[in-house]
Amino acid sequence: MDVFGSFALILAFVCALYAFAGGIAAIITRHPLLIKSTRQSGMATCGLIFISTFSLVYLFFSDNYSVAYVVSHSNRDLSTFFKVAALWSGQEGSLLFWSFLLAIYVFSVLFVYRNKNGELMPYVGVILAGVQLFFLTISNFVASPFKALGVANASGAFDLVARADGNGLNPVLQYPEMVIHPPNLYSGYTGFTIPFAFALAALLARYPGEKWIHLTRKWTMIAWCFQSMGILLGAHWAYAVLGWGGYWGWDPVENASLLPWLTGTAFLHSVMMQEKRGMMKVWNVWLVFLTFMLCILGTLLTRSGVVSSVHAFAQSNIGNWFVGFLCIVLGVCLAAYFKNRDYLKSENQLDSLVSRESSFLFNNLVLLVACVAVLSGTLFPVFSEWFTGSRISVGAPFFNKVNIPLGLLLLFLTGVGPLLAWRKTSTESLKRNFLWPSTLGVTAGGVGFVFGFREIFSLICLMLCVFVASTIVQEFYRGAKVIRVRTSANWLTSCLDLTLRNTRRYGGYVVHLGMVMIFIGLAGQAFNKEVEKEMPVGSTLKIGTYELLLQSMDEKQEKNYVAERMIVEVMKDNKPVMMLYPERRNFPTNQESGTMVAIFSTLREDLYVVYAGINPATNRPTMHAFINPLVKWVWWGGMVLVMGTIVALLPNRAAAVVLSKAEAPASTRELSGMRPAQVTLREGHD
Amino acid sequence: MKKQAKFGIGAGIIVLSIGFLAWLGYGESKTYYHTLAELDSLRGSARTERMRVGGTVQAGSIRRTAGRVDFVLEGEGKSLPVSYVGNDPLPDTFVDNSQALIEGRPDTDGRFKAEHIQAKCASKYEAAPGGKPGATQRSAM
Repeated sequence: MDVFGSFALILAFVCALYAFAGGIAAIITRHPLLIKSTRQSGMATCGLIFISTFSLVYLFFSDNYSVAYVVSHSNRDLSTFFKVAALWSGQEGSLLFWSFLLAIYVFSVLFVYRNKNGELMPYVGVILAGVQLFFLTISNFVASPFKALGVANASGAFDLVARADGNGLNPVLQYPEMVIHPPNLYSGYTGFTIPFAFALAALLARYPGEKWIHLTRKWTMIAWCFQSMGILLGAHWAYAVLGWGGYWGWDPVENASLLPWLTGTAFLHSVMMQEKRGMMKVWNVWLVFLTFMLCILGTLLTRSGVVSSVHAFAQSNIGNWFVGFLCIVLGVCLAAYFKNRDYLKSENQLDSLVSRESSFLFNNLVLLVACVAVLSGTLFPVFSEWFTGSRISVGAPFFNKVNIPLGLLLLFLTGVGPLLAWRKTSTESLKRNFLWPSTLGVTAGGVGFVFGFREIFSLICLMLCVFVASTIVQEFYRGAKVIRVRTSANWLTSCLDLTLRNTRRYGGYVVHLGMVMIFIGLAGQAFNKEVEKEMPVGSTLKIGTYELLLQSMDEKQEKNYVAERMIVEVMKDNKPVMMLYPERRNFPTNQESGTMVAIFSTLREDLYVVYAGINPATNRPTMHAFINPLVKWVWWGGMVLVMGTIVALLPNRAAAVVLSKAEAPASTRELSGMRPAQVTLREGHD
Repeated sequence: MKKQAKFGIGAGIIVLSIGFLAWLGYGESKTYYHTLAELDSLRGSARTERMRVGGTVQAGSIRRTAGRVDFVLEGEGKSLPVSYVGNDPLPDTFVDNSQALIEGRPDTDGRFKAEHIQAKCASKYEAAPGGKPGATQRSAM
């Protein structure tokens, strides 16, 4: 099966090469058969990558310990669940997995648009094949996942050996989210290839019209949705598994995943300027290019050992390949831009500072500044070594100082931007849209202050969250009211109806609401508490309003590990609330251990209990307990955000028909009831 | 005034204030990275600055005493006695022969006072790529 898999992989390389070179020839000659054959070759590449990936999975399931990659990432006792995950738990496999996900995207694009966008697709096909070619080169010739296990014998040749059992999967990775987090994040990273291909293709082909910008936007949203999920799942994994009480530590690898997210978010906003007003074309194209390059840079940082990170891959020369690829991508983008930059001429100018356009400009500015700050902080050790000769790194205070004010500014714009009119907003409309939200926000701030909120950033965050949430509720209320008047349906049905008529606009509001919830969760961090105590069985630890009683300790033998558990009774006001079982797992195969945190989570706060091991000097167990307020809001906010993105991707439901029907009853209603209708229909995002 | 100019001023204010904050944050958290061999050659104020040092934990050198953990970090033919005085429990991966990155200041008595320790297992530590977060070092956001 390993020979089969690697053969499929090499065939995929050949097909991709044909799709790439033949595609270029097809663009030049415009021969219909050549165009068709290169497209089919592109699809065949994807099929062969699927086959190759499935054969690697098969090797894991059949416990084939003659393949080096299987030996280092699996063992016989590993559960089925994690045998799938083992596919992406190491360098070689995860690169193949990367190609696999990219192949899914590429196949969908080639298949869905096979008879559409005739002028554009050959270019798209060539660009996609080029990216695939790079990853297939790596998987075939640099880091092959199918390499057989061998030992060098006396004459220098390799003798093949097979082992009876593998080394097992790293315990930190044996957690359910291991199965869903990397696929999501990778789907994000690889997904940004598609908008990149469309944008570059449109520029190269000087493709007329705005069609390509709609396509680019749609595919960016899909990738963005996966990227958001991937980042949040990773944060949750860190929170639940590593036992340090937090979920974000500004580690280089975390930062790497945030960078394309920031530029992708900027693009999703500024693209509206192009659709509506024909502005910012150069900027948009470069945002898409930059997002893709940051995805490649992220992979480079993770795998090259350029920046030291706890979870970076072992240092390897693979980094050079990525540097080379990045240079080629940058070169191609620059060349395409300078050749066809007149194609991207702006049709309009900024009219007023208080307008939708200007709020988008500030939104982009904030996101880009955040991106530059995170990138420079991450690469600081590298740059300082180049310029001063000594390696200097910056830590969490740097990132927090910069990003907290930027985040709050962005939150403010989230509330303000969607309600400003295009071109110029009148004072009257400002009053109408912002009177209630700002009153509510300031009131919430006042109430918070009276109740003892003194952390300045958390207080501002609270005010802004209330402000933004009320603008969103107000928008839904106004829209739903109009529908309710016409259809006399209840509020919920009206809201749903409203959303489905303009999915893009109201889906966007739902995404914003998700962001508000995430910000509420982030603000809670200012009030974290922690206690660590070495405690004999029977004693208690007090934290916040909780009292934790260590009832006993036990040991449990599982299939591939031994779990040492603390049995802890949680009491509140002297009444038992629940039991928690924080544990440490010791894996005999590779003599590593992992922490399993016990979390009692409510919307108000998380009680987070870690069994921190036995102090060898006193032979007593140590408990480390945290109270982390509002953490749950981050995870729930993430779910709302994903839901909102899915809504925004849905097609609008027969909006035109509904609107034309609405004319008749509207004229019979009194005018006061109609005013909000004009407000909500003032402008849509689409 | 032209609209573009107004926008430019607004943008300038944001960028400048963020730049100032970045400078503050840099001053607060900058940490030099030195190798074990470089430590001896440091002079003057560089001797007492906050720094990170990487090396391997000498087998059998870990001694846990009340309130601190002593061990010896070795590499490049040098060795450095270290006292860990941080609040967080040591990472699971901190064992004999593991690669450790210590953060803190050298003390006057020749011992290194470490406040944070990150460790990688001697056996190849390979985690999933892409934003799998989780520094073993606790750094509050």
